[in-house]
Amino acid sequence: MIAVWRREFKVFQREISRVVASVVSPLMWLVLFGVGVGASMNVGSYQSFIFPGIIMMSVLFSSMFYGVYIIWDRKIDVLKAVLIAPVSRFSIFLGKVLGGCTDTLMQATVLLVIGIFLVSYTPLGFLLAVVIIFITAVGFVALGLTIGSLFESFEGFQLIGTFINFPLFFLSGALFPLDRPGLPGWLLIASRFNPLTYAVDGARYAMLGESAFPIYVDFAAVGIFSFTMLVLGSISFNRMK
Amino acid sequence: MASIIKTEKLKKTYGQITAVDELDLEVEKGMIFGFLGPNGAGKTTTIGMLTTIIRPTSGTATVNGYSVINEPGKIRSSIGIVFQDFSVDTILTGRENLDMSAQLYGIQKAQRKDRIDELLALVELTKRADSLVRTYSGGMKRRLELVRGLLHRPAVLFLDEPTLGLDPRSRVTIWKYIKEMAEREKTTIMLTTHYMEEAEEMCDQVAIIDNGKIIKQGTPEELIDTVGGDIVYLKAKRYDEKLLRNLDFVKDIQIKDGCATIKVENASLNLPELMRMVPDIEKVEVRSPTLSDVFLAYTGRTLKEDSGQSSWMDDAMRYTTQGR
Repeated sequence: MIAVWRREFKVFQREISRVVASVVSPLMWLVLFGVGVGASMNVGSYQSFIFPGIIMMSVLFSSMFYGVYIIWDRKIDVLKAVLIAPVSRFSIFLGKVLGGCTDTLMQATVLLVIGIFLVSYTPLGFLLAVVIIFITAVGFVALGLTIGSLFESFEGFQLIGTFINFPLFFLSGALFPLDRPGLPGWLLIASRFNPLTYAVDGARYAMLGESAFPIYVDFAAVGIFSFTMLVLGSISFNRMK
Repeated sequence: MASIIKTEKLKKTYGQITAVDELDLEVEKGMIFGFLGPNGAGKTTTIGMLTTIIRPTSGTATVNGYSVINEPGKIRSSIGIVFQDFSVDTILTGRENLDMSAQLYGIQKAQRKDRIDELLALVELTKRADSLVRTYSGGMKRRLELVRGLLHRPAVLFLDEPTLGLDPRSRVTIWKYIKEMAEREKTTIMLTTHYMEEAEEMCDQVAIIDNGKIIKQGTPEELIDTVGGDIVYLKAKRYDEKLLRNLDFVKDIQIKDGCATIKVENASLNLPELMRMVPDIEKVEVRSPTLSDVFLAYTGRTLKEDSGQSSWMDDAMRYTTQGR
């Protein structure tokens, strides 16, 4: 397990350009989108409002794509050499999950540090944010790995971006508050079933001290989601050819 | 000698297609065993079953005394595998690749470094050990994979088409390393190939497989002997055909345009005598039959005719059946 994780970590270090790219895109959302839309919204500082949401967006995208990336590993037989080793599938799976979380967490930390200039959160808030980011990342890396182990080709890759990531993101309350009376009921209900909603809410609590749900609800929801994904992921990893 | 691989009526079918048909095979400990046959003959599928990647439809097999059906974990710890396609991590260095693999196979940290250094030296990759594998040539990647398979001192090392896609020079180098490895590490090696030179050059034992069945098995020399003797080409001023025909080791003789083509039993032994019978020899050439002549004799086809043609089947099988 440690071996698998170390491999992922090294790969990550080598592709440091990926980190830069992955940090730049959320920053653009924050600055360009945030300033633009913020001008016409009345939620205090819109930029600091969406900041936790943007971090979770980067967590969601990098975790998911990390997981789905094993399709590529399988294509070029690298994974085959790992799978043939006398190591249980479960520990390979956990190694992969940890690797993905490390990736995601490092990106998120860079964003969090930049965020100090925007949102003034306490050290405790910072720590709390890191914890909830980690739990969220576990869930989405596991989900990505699950999907990746089911698909044999890259055709699925684009679909995931369109049909999973974006709906999750838009329905999570990352960009707009979910507790305003004008929102249609269907959107509200959909967002309640979205694990990312609780992740965003939890991160918002950690950084801004405000949230729609109590923090323990957020933690419980994200925790249950991630645990379920871990179970699901290890089952599908075991079945993977 | 004890056999380290043993199969009994090992069979694998995919729908209507029988990839491996009730294969009975025994491989003795310590030898380089070659599985020779055209693409799609069932070589990769057999290796897949022996390495517990593919589950047999019926029949049994044991590797290093363990059953492929009941004890896959024990087999996996005692074998090394080099796949047909490259499976080294190109974004890691050679050393890192070996290090990761050593960890996966549970080699203790204390021994890891020495073992890796020793193996890198064996395939002369020490100098490039810390460059990214991305920058390696095909031959270098293969060498790295060969020693990666050996890290945990496996009882058997499986090589699936170890020189496929390599240029002739790298191929010869790989042969050299495989032979050295077998000798140094005392590992049994089972390899598949559709290059008869490869089988002839390296293997102590060869099984010729076609359509999922073993056609013939033996040492390369034995197999070649079954086809018949050697062929001697002679060019001389004159021949006493009758005299030559009366030699008991001469099987057949044809004279055309002043050249004689003589089929001879055991040319290496009988050539001097043959040459004494023919005065004023200008030129002499001896050709021994090769394994491809053996394949031709038993299947009525040449290996070359087949290779490339049915390769889609090997591919299809690899993709649909990689594991459990």
